[in-house]
Amino acid sequence: MVRVLINVPKQVKRGEAFEVKLLISHPMESGQRRDEMGQAIPRDIINSFICTYNGEDVLRADLFPAIAANPFLSFSVVVQESGTLTMTFTDDHGVVQTETARVIVA
Amino acid sequence: MMRRSFLVLAGSGLVVPLVPRPARATPAQVAALIADLVGDAALRDGRVKLDLPVLVENGNSVAMTVSVEAPPGEVRSIDVFAEANPLPHVLRLRFGPRAGAPRFATRIRLADSQTVIAVAKLADGSCWRDSVDLLVTLAACIE
Repeated sequence: MVRVLINVPKQVKRGEAFEVKLLISHPMESGQRRDEMGQAIPRDIINSFICTYNGEDVLRADLFPAIAANPFLSFSVVVQESGTLTMTFTDDHGVVQTETARVIVA
Repeated sequence: MMRRSFLVLAGSGLVVPLVPRPARATPAQVAALIADLVGDAALRDGRVKLDLPVLVENGNSVAMTVSVEAPPGEVRSIDVFAEANPLPHVLRLRFGPRAGAPRFATRIRLADSQTVIAVAKLADGSCWRDSVDLLVTLAACIE
C-alpha cells in the first residue's frame, strides 16, 4: 500500500470543471538503474491510473518509467451531481489500490 | 599500438569508449512510434500545447503540463514521447465523459537534453502535435 494525498475542492459548482490533484508516495523505480554491485534494480512503477466518477470514466492514464518518483498527477473533472471520485492504481506487482473522495455539488 | 596512431584513432572517434552508455531511444524510433499511433491521419502542428521549461536544472523531476484546445469529450487520447530517454514513451492519456478540460499535469524524468513531443488524437480522427526542445543540466539518474 502506498500513501496518497488527494486534493479535491470541498464544494464544486454543477457543470463547472474543477481540478483534482494527487501526490502518490511511490519510488517509481525505472528499471534502468544499477546498484553498487552492478546488478540491475528491477522495475517497480505504478503503470496504470484510472479515475472514475459515479462509475463513469474521467481519465485513464498509462504511466511509463519516465514518470518521476512520488508521482504528482493533476487533471480536470466536471460533474452534474454529488458523488464519489474513485481512483485506482495498479503497480508492476499487480497490486491494485483504490482511493475515494467525496464531491459535493453546491 | 603506437601512441600516436592511438591518439589519431581516438581523435577520429574510432576508439569505442570503455564505459557503457545507457541505452537510449533515437528520434527515428520515436517517429516510428508516432506513425503507429497516428496511422493514416495527417499529423499537424497546433491545438495541443506542451508546457515544459526550456532549461531544466534537474532531469529527475520536471513539471510538465499538456493540454488541448478542444471541448471536453472531443479528445480521444494524448501521448507524450521523450526522444532521448531509454524508454521514449512517457505517458498515455484517454479521457472519459466526466473529464473537464482536456488537461493533465505531472512530473517526468528526462535523461538528456532533447525534444519532447506530445500527440493528441481527437474524436474526428485528426491528430495534432506540439514539441519542446529543452536543455537538461543534471540528467535523470541512470546510476
